[in-house]
Parts: sequence; C-alpha cells; structure tokens
Amino acid sequence: MKSKTKNQTPIEEKFVLTLYVAGMTRKSMEAIENIKWLCDKHLKNCFELEIIDIYKNPKIAEEQHIVFSPSLLKKLPLPTKTLVGTLSDTQKVLKALGITFDQ
Amino acid sequence: MGKNIQETLLKTPTGISGLDEITNGGFPKGRPVLICGSAGCGKTLFAAQFLVKGITDYNEPGVFMSFEETASDLTQNFKSLGFDFEKLKAEKKLRIDHVRIERTEIEETGEYDLDGLFIRLNYAIDAIGAKRVVLDTIESLFSGMENTALLRSEIRRLFSWLKEKGVTAIITGERGESSLTRQGLEEYVSDCVILLDFRVIEQIATRRLRIVKYRGSTHGTNEYPFLIDENGISVLPVTSLKLDYKSSTEIVSLGLPALDDAFSTGGIYRASSTLITGTAGTSKTILASYFAMSSCKRKEPTLYFSFEESPDQLERNMATIGIDFKQAIQSKLLHIHASRPSLLGLEMHLMVINNLLAELKPRTVIIDPISSLITIGNSSEVRAMLVRLMDTLKINQINALFTSLTHEGHSGYNSSALDMVSSLADTWINLENEERNSEMVRSLLIVKSRGMGHTNNKQDFTITNKGIHFTSSSKKTKST
Repeated sequence: MKSKTKNQTPIEEKFVLTLYVAGMTRKSMEAIENIKWLCDKHLKNCFELEIIDIYKNPKIAEEQHIVFSPSLLKKLPLPTKTLVGTLSDTQKVLKALGITFDQ
Repeated sequence: MGKNIQETLLKTPTGISGLDEITNGGFPKGRPVLICGSAGCGKTLFAAQFLVKGITDYNEPGVFMSFEETASDLTQNFKSLGFDFEKLKAEKKLRIDHVRIERTEIEETGEYDLDGLFIRLNYAIDAIGAKRVVLDTIESLFSGMENTALLRSEIRRLFSWLKEKGVTAIITGERGESSLTRQGLEEYVSDCVILLDFRVIEQIATRRLRIVKYRGSTHGTNEYPFLIDENGISVLPVTSLKLDYKSSTEIVSLGLPALDDAFSTGGIYRASSTLITGTAGTSKTILASYFAMSSCKRKEPTLYFSFEESPDQLERNMATIGIDFKQAIQSKLLHIHASRPSLLGLEMHLMVINNLLAELKPRTVIIDPISSLITIGNSSEVRAMLVRLMDTLKINQINALFTSLTHEGHSGYNSSALDMVSSLADTWINLENEERNSEMVRSLLIVKSRGMGHTNNKQDFTITNKGIHFTSSSKKTKST
C-alpha cells in the first residue's frame, strides 16, 4: 500500500520468476494473488511467471531445493533470490526482487 | 479397546553394536528418536550407521536428509567405514537428499510452511519404500530465519507426520546451553532421546552415551562408553553379557610342569582367566611368557599385549632365560602387540583388543600388565571394561592371563584395583621376593583357584639361564 508506483524506473531487464506452491492452500492462493498483482503493477510486460505445484511435481521440489512453501524463485536478473512466504510484505518483496523507485 | 502400547512396543534394531542390548531391542518402531550432543560427538555417524545397517542387516531402506553435508561429502566421509553409499543408492535402498539453504538468497515475505520439505521427504520415502529416515541436523533450518515460532510449530508437525508415516526416524540436534538441543527439540520428540557426549579426561578422549528418555520401554540408565573405529560405532554395555558361557573341563598347562603339578587337576581349565600379581621384579612377565609358550607348543595362536616392553625387548629378555619367542613369532603362533597404555583411552584399548581378537582368533591372550590399564580411567570404568573383556574372552573360549603390579606395603591383597581383577579371575597366583637369611628368595603362592585343588604352600623358585626352577616344590594338594 505504501509502494510508490508513480516514479518507477522503467524495467528493461526481463524477470524470470517461478512460484512453487504446495497444493491449493490458502497460503498458495495468497501468494499467487500477490505475485500476479505485483507483476502486473510493477513489471508490466517484462516478466515470465511460472507457477508450479510441488505436490504434483515432487521431483522438482528436490531438484530446485524447495524447503519452504510458498517459495518464489527469481532466476533472472541475477543474482538469484528466493522469497519465501505469501509475498504479502510488498515492500520487502520489491526490495528482494531488486525493483527500485526514484524517491 | 485401549491400546496396549506399553507391553507390545515394537522395536527397530539399531544396527549399532551393544545399543540394542541397552534398549532391549532397539529404537521404538515407527517413531522419531532424538540424538543430541555437541559438535563432533558422532551424531552423523550414529545416524548413518542406523541407516546403512538397516539396509544391509535388516533390509529396511532408508532416507538420509542432510541439512549440512552434501551427498558427495557424506559418501566420501563414510567410505572409510565401509559404508558404500553409491552402491546402496544404485540398489535403490538408500536416498540422500541434501537440503541446501542459501541464507543470503532467502527473504521471508509472509507466512510460510515447510511443505516443500514434507513433499521431498515423502517423495524420497515412497520412492524406495523407506522404513528408516535420518534428519541431520534439522535445527540448521533455524539459522538465519526470523520466524522461529513458525518453524518450531512446523517441526512439531513434521515429527507427528513422520509418526503417521510409520518410519523410524533419527533426528539429530546440537547440544544447547541449557537444554539438550538448541531449539528445544526434546520437547517434541517425546518417545526416545539419546545423549552423546565427548569429553577429555586426563588428556584422553572418551565418548559416552546415555538414554535420557525412552517412553514405554525399560532401558539401561547408565552412561555407556562407546567407541568409533573402522567398523563404526559400538557401545559397550557395562554388564550386558550374561553368565551363561560354557565351561570347559579340558586342562591346559601353564607352561611349567612343576606349577601345573601344584594344581590337583595338573593344570588350569581351558578358557579360564588367571591373574598373576606381584611387586616389581617378581617375574610376572616370565610366568606369563611360559604360559604363552605353552599355548604356542599346543600350536594355538597366542596374543600377547605388552604395555611395558616392546616386542623386541621382550624377545631379547626372554631369550636370556631360554624362552624362544623369536621362533614362536616367526611361526606366526605368537603375536606381540605392544603399546603405551596412556596412548589411548580405555575404550580404544578395548577396541584394539577386540579387533585383534577378531583378526587373529587367538586361543590364549596375555595382558601384561593389566594394572597399567587400571591407571587410565576411574575405577568403575575400568571395572566395566575388565568385566566386558573377560566375558568376551570367556565366550570365545580363550585362555586369559593377566599380570598385575602390586606395590610394597600394600600387602598385595587389598588394593582396590586388584580387587576387581581378582574377583573376576578364576586362578590367582601371587609372586613375592622376600629376604630370608640375607638372601632374596623368590616364591609363588596360589591364592585361589576355582574348581581346582591346589597347594597352599609358598613355593620357592630361582631363575637361571634355563628358566624358572622350583626349589621347594610341594606336591601336597588339597581338594575343594
């Protein structure tokens, strides 16, 4: 709610994000909603978002070293980053993703 | 109807030698067990052995979830113990999942759970039909995470999930300041808690194991020494072995006909233990050497532990009185193992002894002197070890001979160290040097001899370059 969306610097780099959720739980739904909202709002058309249910793909959980769920993995731009939780702390999410604003 | 858990608690054998005896059969089947202890106390090894032995000895596949070491590190580390992780993995009996968490890459952005971990664990368990699970060390999850309350409740959920899943799980935890584990995991694992301890007493490292809690089962409450060697962990139950070994009626010679004659049986029973005591210079080692030679003459492998003299020195000294160790060694009948008693801890000595027993399968074992082992530990430890050692020798039908140094003025009969050995020994011979008519006279007295008549006289003897020669040998025997 505090996010200053007006003076956002134009995003040029493409964001490659994967959200790992464990089944369609409340937490999963919340995380999905939050990331979708955030991508639409801040990343416009320069993002790729994939949502994977690790209940259905347990092998991926092992391969991608998923421990916490939900987990959002930012593969690009580097450095890679893992955001755990429902992504409801927007400030923290933006900061972690490296989306900055002009003051 | 009510569950009858108390009486029918099923056990899972641990695969750790000695531990099943203390726990009356192993860990509670299908429940989590907490193994805690400070860094380097052997938790990971304990867990790994539980898994590997589960696979190789009990055909129970296992999952190793490592929060610290990578799969390749684990594989490397346990190779030296003969745990072939690669092979077990290829046979689909073992799965190793390394839970790598990059703290610097992680940001907490709201409520979360550990479903990722649950799913992985579930996947691994189902993939190989695992019956055993190791989580080493789950507390690592906490480092760097803010929401510890959440993690705590998730871990509680994980433990009850493991129970539902019906796997026997080992959870390791680092020892905390005021609690058994840093995060107080012992509150959640209520079925069985084991504490491992590693301490240095008088510069000698000793390892101890204690069962803190074992719900619904009787268990030993002592601190048990355990050791780590190339065969992994083995726990030394203090008095695990029952007194039910077979007793031989076969007679073996002590190597000196005159001494054999002092017994109504003409020698001592096979697989009995003999103690030879005496002050310094009363020729205990010589008597022990005769016994060793008599065993070699019967073509029976003989193992001689020398804690004071090197094999060379022993060989040289015995040669001066006509005992030919050299030939016995060359014919591979006699094996002399010499080491400084202070070099190793008690359990390590016991380990060395046990390993040599297994390797050489001797029929006769000599420990010269056992009193130097007694100086290493405190008396209760030493006693436990001696009981264990003597039982092992008896069960394997090995003739045992121990020498023990007594000190002047102690009269030889009432030193506490001696007490424990003498009560365990079947035959006890005391040697003496005394001054008679301004001459040193060596004498020998059979103090006790279970199940055999023996002379009650002191027998004088001399030592020449031909060996021991009895001068006042009395043939009078008493019957028991």
